[in-house]
Amino acid sequence: MEEKLILEDGIEVEQVYRRPETLTDVPYHYCPGCSHSVVHNVLMEVVADLGIQEQTIGVAPVGCSVFAYHYMNVDMQEAAHGRASAVATGIKRVMPDKLVFSYQGDGDLAAIGTAETIHTANRGENILVVFINNGIYGMTGGQMAPTSLPGMVTSTSPYGRDVSMVGYPLKITELVAQLPATYYVTRQSAHNPNAVRKLKKAITKSFEYQQQKKGTCFIEVVSNCPSGWKMTPVETIKYLEEVMFPYYPLGDLKVPKN
Amino acid sequence: MIRGTIKVDTKICKGCELCIIACPQDVLALSVNFNEKGYRYVELISSACTGCINCALVCPEAAITVYREPKPVKKAQAKV
Amino acid sequence: MEKEIRTEEPRLMKGNEALAEAAIRANIDAYFGYPITPQSEVIEYLMFEVPNRKDKKTVVLQAESEVASINMVYGAAGAGARVMTSSSSPGISLMQEGISYIASAQLPCLVVNVVRGGPGLGTIQPSQSDYFQATKGGGHGDYHLIVLAPSSVQELADFVFDAFKLAEKYRNPAMILADGALGQMMEKVVLPKDNSLPKVSKPWATTGKTKDRERNIITSLFIQPEVMEKVNLELQEKYAAMQSEVRWEELNTDDAEVLLVAFGLSARICQKVMDLGRAKGIKIGLLRPITLYPFPYKRIAELAEKVDFILDVEMNAGQMVEDVRLAVEGRAPVYFKGRMGGMISTPDDILNEVEAISEKLNVLHQ
Repeated sequence: MEEKLILEDGIEVEQVYRRPETLTDVPYHYCPGCSHSVVHNVLMEVVADLGIQEQTIGVAPVGCSVFAYHYMNVDMQEAAHGRASAVATGIKRVMPDKLVFSYQGDGDLAAIGTAETIHTANRGENILVVFINNGIYGMTGGQMAPTSLPGMVTSTSPYGRDVSMVGYPLKITELVAQLPATYYVTRQSAHNPNAVRKLKKAITKSFEYQQQKKGTCFIEVVSNCPSGWKMTPVETIKYLEEVMFPYYPLGDLKVPKN
Repeated sequence: MIRGTIKVDTKICKGCELCIIACPQDVLALSVNFNEKGYRYVELISSACTGCINCALVCPEAAITVYREPKPVKKAQAKV
Repeated sequence: MEKEIRTEEPRLMKGNEALAEAAIRANIDAYFGYPITPQSEVIEYLMFEVPNRKDKKTVVLQAESEVASINMVYGAAGAGARVMTSSSSPGISLMQEGISYIASAQLPCLVVNVVRGGPGLGTIQPSQSDYFQATKGGGHGDYHLIVLAPSSVQELADFVFDAFKLAEKYRNPAMILADGALGQMMEKVVLPKDNSLPKVSKPWATTGKTKDRERNIITSLFIQPEVMEKVNLELQEKYAAMQSEVRWEELNTDDAEVLLVAFGLSARICQKVMDLGRAKGIKIGLLRPITLYPFPYKRIAELAEKVDFILDVEMNAGQMVEDVRLAVEGRAPVYFKGRMGGMISTPDDILNEVEAISEKLNVLHQ
């Protein structure tokens, strides 16, 4: 892509934003408007900005982002469903000076992998956990997630999530924030430019904390799922703001004490 | 007003319109044309772009490259 | 294990502890495990001993479950580490998903199963009832582990080295299939020499993408069937190549009229049976498979031509006997003697069985 362009009226403009070099050229397989891609972009932008591509090892989950390693141009491992943080633990323990992140969805992290998630955080593994919470199982076709909202219609809760039968949405980020060994726990989103800027700051800080060996950093990203929610991407933004954020309020849950 | 522009990789754009609602200048719209994948891709429809990068930040496909006029000092030099 | 690397005096050690000490000496980078009887001494020994070895940087971590342990093994093995875990039957069942992923992603590692009686929560007493699970894959998909079956504390220690050598040679998970008795009993052992297992280069490991190479990806996901089949064909080629690693031990097979086939602890018992039988004039020989995968089909087939019958002895309901029958292909009658649920046949029980079978066959032949 050109570094500079001349506009029609002769004004010269310089490139100020481009696709991060730490992404591969492979086009995303995600549905139009999916937050996964935005978070991939931001994550890889931070890796490029911090110059840590050579030190970074990622762990992909099972779920829509099972192919995260097709897009992120860093060394990666694909974990079994729910086990990404255990795999990340294995990597980090034998290479404590490398930077390790796991990237997991709500089913992976908060249902089948709850034990691994809690215990990884409880050990304070010096890794970054990126948790994509869109309240639904996207890959398998829109089934109920542990984080689906009360009354939410999914293919396995066709009359709405009945909390008397299946319980309430699990606020696992709040649980993780209670654990003494976690260092930085925050809930972010990627639904508008400001949110993306904040998310980028949170990821940047998390990698810096990891370099300083501070312990587990945990970032929940409250995300959309246009296909699973059966909405247009633009409609999902409204749903996030009006329905998801009131239940999953954005902001830091645990910040380092200075 | 600061001038800017964008280039969209129309081959990978999926026409999700998230950039359109993120644009403070309302200078983006879906094309009447389709790309190879069958999506109506986004395009710049006015010269009022300021190169604010909002569209690129929210673009899931990382399909947007943003250009902006340099800061005034540099601009003066450039014009010489 | 080559004789020359044994430079130390013999020590009296518990099987699980000898195994753990051998692991330290094999310079494992990491051990991840979860306590379960009858093998908890492995992690206890490592936790106690490793901090005292200033020259060792071994990671020893007690995970929250066997599920987490095996996935930590996956991560560390993918990062190029020499890594192992150990457990006993119910815990190994929990690990099967992870082991299948490790086999598919072609990661070298060692899994030790100190078998106890099952099914279910079962008993903590020794058993060999995980033979099928160990040798036929264990989890989902077409794969095999390299399986070594020790029959002494000495072999329990030695096979740590052998298992890592094979695992790293073939980029395949290896298993030591022991049993509760071997893990718990104390025996004389000459430990393998420290630092005598060289590290191998692992250019495929996820150690961080440097500029001079493409990124390394560890995965077991090959969603296009054409690719998945190709991966399977590669695995099958690898398993075919592994057949050359087959190992077994033979005792008194030259003149044997009766062949006992047994592995692990059962083979120890069968040695006694052989001695008792020969004292009575019954020409008993013993074949002990040391590798259960690959299995010594060919040698058993050869011996089947020469003997009157084969008696397969196991501590289970008859698992390896299926492989013995596959090897024999009707060349000789194959019988089975086994006890289950943590019970062990005595030498007399087995000898009585040999005599009963002989009598029955003699009647048939007359």
